[in-house]
Amino acid sequence: MSMKTPLKIVRGLGSAKSGTEHFWQQRLTALANLPLLVFFTWFIITHIGTSRADVITSLKNPLIAIALLLTLASVFWHMRLGMQVVIEDYVHGHGRKLLALLFNTAFVIVMFALSAYAVLKMSFAI
Amino acid sequence: MAENKIVARPLSPHLQIYKPMFTMMMSITHRLTGVALFFGSVFFVWWLTAAAHSDAWFNLVQGFFYHWFGRLILFGFTWALIHHALGGIRHFIWDVGKGFELKTVELMAKLNLAGSIIFTILLWVLAYGVKS
Repeated sequence: MSMKTPLKIVRGLGSAKSGTEHFWQQRLTALANLPLLVFFTWFIITHIGTSRADVITSLKNPLIAIALLLTLASVFWHMRLGMQVVIEDYVHGHGRKLLALLFNTAFVIVMFALSAYAVLKMSFAI
Repeated sequence: MAENKIVARPLSPHLQIYKPMFTMMMSITHRLTGVALFFGSVFFVWWLTAAAHSDAWFNLVQGFFYHWFGRLILFGFTWALIHHALGGIRHFIWDVGKGFELKTVELMAKLNLAGSIIFTILLWVLAYGVKS
């Protein structure tokens, strides 16, 4: 049994039980996204109409592969947090909301897994 | 005391009751662009996985984005991304406790919209320049 007083338990956490963590992570990823998206834009523009071999050559550069992986991680996490807020605002009913939140998380995890695997596969390709 | 009865409580007035205002539209656009980018990310994952898979798949995806319809999607994606990013910067300014004067709020909203259009066009001019 916890020896904390009820006030101590609830302080700083509020009704969501996670305090300002969601807000903070949302802003941290937003901040990280700004420089990462400058990189992302450069990456896309330099690969307009290029061949598959050119893309693979680019990703063999570890700096580009790592920057892209970081972009994917930050952007997908930011996406999950943002969509979570939208779902909580518009999807009502316990079951439907829970289901939507599960789909949201599953979506970004699958998207991240697919894209990260693709980057690594090309980066390590012989 | 705590009865879990569903009571038809009066709801607070929703969007349609308010006069549409520029800053309100920009707030809605920020959320809409966020949702659009969420689903738009599928296109990038499609391109990336195709590149990892095979020449045939990659050429198919490149061909799709070369088509006017693919370009239209990319153009919309570019605008949504820039609009959402600039909107994010606006939120950072508010987060540090600045820019709450009504005049500043209006100005930042206008800069956000104008900036998103200007940067999108500049980026596409640059993109066509890189390609040719």
